Amino acid sequence: MKSIMSPLDLSTAELDELMDTAEDIMANPAKYAHACDGRLLATLFYEPSTRTRLSFEAAMLRLGGKTLGFHSSDSSSATKGETVADTIRVVSSFADICAMRHPKEGAPMVAAAVSQIPVINAGDGGHQHPTQTLTDLMTIRALKGHLDNLTIGMCGDLMFGRTVHSLIRALIRYENVKFVFISPKELMLPSYIRDDLLTQNNIAFREVSRLEDVLPSLDILYMTRVQRERFFNEEDYVRLKDFYILDKKKMQLASPDMLVLHPLPRVNEISTEIDDDPRSVYFKQVRYGMFIRMALILKLLEIKVD
Amino acid sequence: MADSERTQYKLHVGKIEEGFVIDHITPGNGMRLYYDLGLDKLGCCVAMILNAFSMKMGKKDMIKVEMPLRKYDLDTIAFLDQHATVDIIKDGEIIGRPKLTLPKKITNIIKCRNPRCITSVEHELDHIFLLTDAEKGIYRCKYCETEWDKESK
Repeated sequence: MKSIMSPLDLSTAELDELMDTAEDIMANPAKYAHACDGRLLATLFYEPSTRTRLSFEAAMLRLGGKTLGFHSSDSSSATKGETVADTIRVVSSFADICAMRHPKEGAPMVAAAVSQIPVINAGDGGHQHPTQTLTDLMTIRALKGHLDNLTIGMCGDLMFGRTVHSLIRALIRYENVKFVFISPKELMLPSYIRDDLLTQNNIAFREVSRLEDVLPSLDILYMTRVQRERFFNEEDYVRLKDFYILDKKKMQLASPDMLVLHPLPRVNEISTEIDDDPRSVYFKQVRYGMFIRMALILKLLEIKVD
Repeated sequence: MADSERTQYKLHVGKIEEGFVIDHITPGNGMRLYYDLGLDKLGCCVAMILNAFSMKMGKKDMIKVEMPLRKYDLDTIAFLDQHATVDIIKDGEIIGRPKLTLPKKITNIIKCRNPRCITSVEHELDHIFLLTDAEKGIYRCKYCETEWDKESK
C-alpha cells in the first residue's frame, strides 16, 4: 500500500502513467463510472479548502465511490485532543482511502505511518500539496503536449508559495526546463531552492522583478497569490499583496501560445478582463485536477480498468 | 581530605577503567554535550574538563565517562561537535577510537522549531531529523523538512 506525501513519491514514469490514465478518463468517462463502486474516500480536512475537497469528492463520486469526512478541525475529534495518528487508525476502519488536509506540516506523514489505508496529502501547511503539483503537470502536458523543453515563469510569492516549490522540484526531472522567477525581493525563492536545488543541479534560471521584461520569452506563466495565512505580520501582507497584477496590457506582450496557470483562488493578481483569453487556462486547470485525482485514487486503490 | 585520599581521587578522575573519553570538544561545547548525552541522568562517574590546554586547538573541552559507549552517544557526539574525538577505554587502556561520521538520522536530540510543524502540537511524536546534505552537514525535520539551524542552541 502506497501513500502520497510529495509529488516526488512518484517517478516520472509513474507520473506519465497517471497522466495517461487521467487523459483516458477524460476521453472515456463512462468506462470509469463504476470503477470505485462500494469504495469510500475519507476527506479529513482539518482546515477549510473548498476547491481541493470538492475536487477529491467529485473525483471519487465520478468513479462510482462515496465520500465521508469532516471539513474543519472544529467538527473533528481534534477538538477533544485526539492525535492525527489515532484519528487515522479509526478512519482506517471505515474508509478505503483518505485525503488529508492539515494546517500543521508533516501531519499527513504521521497519519501515513500508522494508516491501514492509502493516505493522500491534500496540503499540509506551507509544506507539500502533491495533487496540486500533479494538476499543474497534467495541465501543462495536456495543453503543451510535453513537459520538457519549456521556459516557465513563476510570479508572485516565491518565498512561501509551496505550489511553486513543489512544481520546481517536479519539473527539474525533465530535460531542458528553464525558469524565470518574478517576484519582489521580499518574496524571492528561498536559498534552499535556488542554491541547493537549482544551482547544484545546473538548472538554468533567472530572477527578475519586472514581469513585463520577461513575458515574451515564456511558454508558461505560473501566477500565485500572496497568501495572508503565510505571513506572521499583517503589514507585510498588505504591502506585498498587489505587487503583480496580470492584465490585458501585459498579456499583449506574451507570446500567442503562452499559457497562464494559477493554483487558485486568485485574489486580484489576475485581472478578470483576461479570463476569456484562450491563454488563460486556470479554470481548465481545475478540471484537469479532478481527472488526475481520479487517476491517483485508482492507482492507490490498485484498481485497473480495461 | 587527607593527602592520600586527594591523590587517590585525582587518579580516579585521571584514568578510567571502563568507559570513554570525548576529547577535542570545541571549547564551550562540553556542557551541551554533557546534557544532550544525558550524562546528568546516568549516575555514573563523569569528569568534565573545560578550557583545557590543547596543542592542536589552543583550548578544548573534555569529558570522561565511566560507562560503556552506546551507538546513540556516537551519533550525538558526531552531530553536536564534528571536531570531537572519542577514545574507548577498557581495563584502563585505550582500545579503540571510532571514526565519527554524521548520523543519517537523529532522534530526540534536537527539537524542530518550526511553529507550523506537527511536532509543535503533538508532543508524543519523536523529533526526527534526517541528514539531507552530508557535505554541508544539513539536517531537516522528517515531518516538515525545515532545516536545523546549527547556530541555535
